[in-house]
Amino acid sequence: MKKTYRIEVDCANCANKMEDAACKIEGVQAATVNFMTQKMIVEFHEGQEPASVMAGVRKACKKIEPDCEIYL
Amino acid sequence: MQELIVNLLLIVAAALAAVLRVMGQKPSSGMTRKQKTMLWRILAASVLLLALQLLGTQAFAQLGAAGRWVRLACYAADYLIIGYDILRKAGRGIRNGQIFDENFLMALATLGALALAVYENGDYLEAIAVMLFYQVGEWFQSYAVGRSRRNISELMDIRPDYANVERDGVLEQADPDEVAVGTVIVVKPGEKVPIDGCVTEGSSTLNTAALTGESLPREVHEGDAVISGCINMTGLLKIRTTKEFGESTVSKILDLVENASSRKSHSEAFISRFAKIYTPAVCIAAAVLAILPSLVTLALGQPPAWETWLYRALTFLVASCPCALVISIPLSFFAGIGGASKAGVLVKGSNYLETLSKTKIMVFDKTGTLTQGVFEVNGIHHSGMENARLVEYAALAESSSTHPISKSLLRAYGKPVDRTRVTDVQEISGNGVTATVDGCRVAAGNGKLMERLGLPYIPCHSVGTIIHVAIDGKYMGHIVISDRVKPHAAEAVRALRAAGIRKTVMLTGDARRVAEQVAGELGVDEVYSELLPAGKVEKVEALLSEKPEKARLAFVGDGINDAPVLRRADIGIAMGAMGSDAAIEAADVVLMDDDPLKIAKAIRISRKCLRIVYQNIAAAIGIKLICLVLVALGLANMWLAVFADVGVMILAVLNAIRALFVKKL
Repeated sequence: MKKTYRIEVDCANCANKMEDAACKIEGVQAATVNFMTQKMIVEFHEGQEPASVMAGVRKACKKIEPDCEIYL
Repeated sequence: MQELIVNLLLIVAAALAAVLRVMGQKPSSGMTRKQKTMLWRILAASVLLLALQLLGTQAFAQLGAAGRWVRLACYAADYLIIGYDILRKAGRGIRNGQIFDENFLMALATLGALALAVYENGDYLEAIAVMLFYQVGEWFQSYAVGRSRRNISELMDIRPDYANVERDGVLEQADPDEVAVGTVIVVKPGEKVPIDGCVTEGSSTLNTAALTGESLPREVHEGDAVISGCINMTGLLKIRTTKEFGESTVSKILDLVENASSRKSHSEAFISRFAKIYTPAVCIAAAVLAILPSLVTLALGQPPAWETWLYRALTFLVASCPCALVISIPLSFFAGIGGASKAGVLVKGSNYLETLSKTKIMVFDKTGTLTQGVFEVNGIHHSGMENARLVEYAALAESSSTHPISKSLLRAYGKPVDRTRVTDVQEISGNGVTATVDGCRVAAGNGKLMERLGLPYIPCHSVGTIIHVAIDGKYMGHIVISDRVKPHAAEAVRALRAAGIRKTVMLTGDARRVAEQVAGELGVDEVYSELLPAGKVEKVEALLSEKPEKARLAFVGDGINDAPVLRRADIGIAMGAMGSDAAIEAADVVLMDDDPLKIAKAIRISRKCLRIVYQNIAAAIGIKLICLVLVALGLANMWLAVFADVGVMILAVLNAIRALFVKKL
C-alpha cells in the first residue's frame, strides 16, 4: 500500500535525512521524500497499519530533524 | 577602514531585516512564521552588535577589572540571540549521532573564534558577525527556495478548484472529487474543464495551452469528447462526465509531474553521496590543519603559531558548508521538469530528463509519429484543369462510395456534396468509378480502369494510391492519396540533428517503397520496413547492442501498439497523449500534442537543465575548493568564507531557476 503525506521541511539535505530515517522504520517498504512538492510517499509492507507505522516514522524524523513536520 | 565596512554591513543587514519584516506582513509574501521570527532576530542582533561596536572598548575599560567580563557578557548575549538555534541543533545532532552537519561546523567555528577572543580579550566581533551573516544567508536560501518552489508549483498548477453542478435548477460549485461519473456539469466561458467528459449541450472553442503548451484553439460541439485541463473560451458547455476526477487527464498529469522529482537522477544521487562523505572529510582536514603545521614548526625547532593555525582551521570549517550543492541540484531538476511541462512535454522523472539529455540515437515509429496516420490527398499531377476542379469531379464521381479513398477525396473537396449533380454511377470493382457529373462523363480509378477504357495515362512515381481521372474520354491527370507526412516532420528531423542527435532511424510495418520514400523526404538516416511489432523490439535491441557505451537510445511512438518498444528503449517518448492513457502509462516522456518538433524541444530542454546542473556542481565545488585552499594558506579570513558560502548558494539557486524558462528554446 502506498500513501502520500504532506510534510514541512526546509532544507534539501534534511529531506534526504528524513528519507533515510523513514526507510529504516519497521513496516516501511520504501519511502521517498519529495522536497520540492513537500510530500512524503511511503510504501508499507503487506498487512501493516499505516497509522501506527507513521507514528514511528514521524518520531524518527523529528529526532534527526526537529524542525520538520509530517501531517498525518 | 575595516571597522567602517563592518559597521556599514551591519547597518545594511539591520535595514534589510527591518524592510523585509514589514514586507512579511503582507500575506502574499509567503514568508513562514519561522522566517519572520528569524528576521526579528537578525534585526535585534545586528542593532545590538552595532551599538556595542560604537561603544568601543574604552567604555568597558572604564568599569575597571569587571569591564572585561561585562563586555564578554554583552557580546555573548548577542551571540546567543543570533545563534542559539544553531547551537541547539548542533547539540541535538551530537546526541543523535548525526555529528557532522552544517550546524556543527558553524557552532564549532564560531565558538572556537569566540574562545580565541576571550583568551586574547580581543575582538568578539568576528565570531558574532560570521554567525549573523550565516543566518542572513540561510534566511535568503530558505526564502528563495520556498519562493521558487511555490512559483514552479503554481506554474504547473492546472488543477481545477471546482465543478459547476446543477442541483434543483441552481448551479452549485462542487468539489471535483465528489462529482460522480455521469453527472452533467456546466463549464462557463473562461473556466477550466474540471473532469473528462462528453459535450451534451452547446458548442465552444477550447484552449489546450495548459496541456500542450501551444494555444491552439480546438472546436467542440455536441457529442464531442472533451478532456479536463482545457480552458473554455467562448460558449457555455454542458458536459456529461465520463470519468471520475481522479481518473481524469488533469489529475493524471498533475500526479505525474508532482511525482516526477521523486525519481532521482544520477546527479542527485551523486550529491547525496557526496554530502555524506564531504562533511566528515572537511572536519578531519580542519583538524589536521589546526595541529599539523604547528607540530612541524615545533619539530623544526621554531616557535609554533597555534593561534594562527587554529583560526585558519576554524575559517576552513566556515568555508566548507555544502548547502549550495545540496539545494541547487534538485531545484534545477524541479525547474526543468516544470518548464518542460509548461511546454507540453511531461517528463516522468529527473532520471529521464538526464537520460534524455544523453540521447544520441533517435528511433521513430512512422505511422502516427512522423506521418499523420490518415489518408489524404497528397498531390495532384499533370492536371489538365484547375486542381480544385479535378478534385471536385473525382469527389462527386466517388461520392456514393464508402471506400476510405472516396472519403479522403470528399475531405479534400471540403464542401457538402450535391448528389443531384451526379447521375449514372457505375462502380467497377477493383478499378474505380465512372459517373456523369454536370453532364460530363467522368472516370476515376486506377491504371487498370484507364487501360480498360483505352485511355493513355501517365504512371505516377509517387508512393500511395493513385487515382487517374478522365473527363469526356480525355486524360486529365491523377490524384495521389497517401498517408501524409506531418507538416513539421522534416524540420523536426533537422532540428534533432542540430540538437546533437547522431543517428535517426525509422521503423515501420509499412511497405518498403512507402517507407523509403518517406525516409528520403524527411532525411532519416536508416529505415527498416515491413516489421511486425515484435520485429520492432528486435530491431531496437539490435540498435541498443551496437550503440556506443554512453549514448542513449530514445524511441518515439504514438503509444498505440508500441508499448513494448517504448519500454525496451533507454527512454520511451509517446506523443499525442492528450486523452490517451495507454501512452501516458507506457512512456517515460510524454508529448501532449503530436507535433514532432516537440521531440527536439524536449531534448533541448533536457540539455539546458543538465547544463545548469553541471554548472552548479562545478561552480559550487570549484569555488569551495578555491576558498578552502585560500583559507588554508591564510589568504582569506572568516568573512570571505561566509560571503563565499552565501554568495555561491544564491548564485546556484538563481541559476537553477533558469531551467524553468524554456519558451525560446
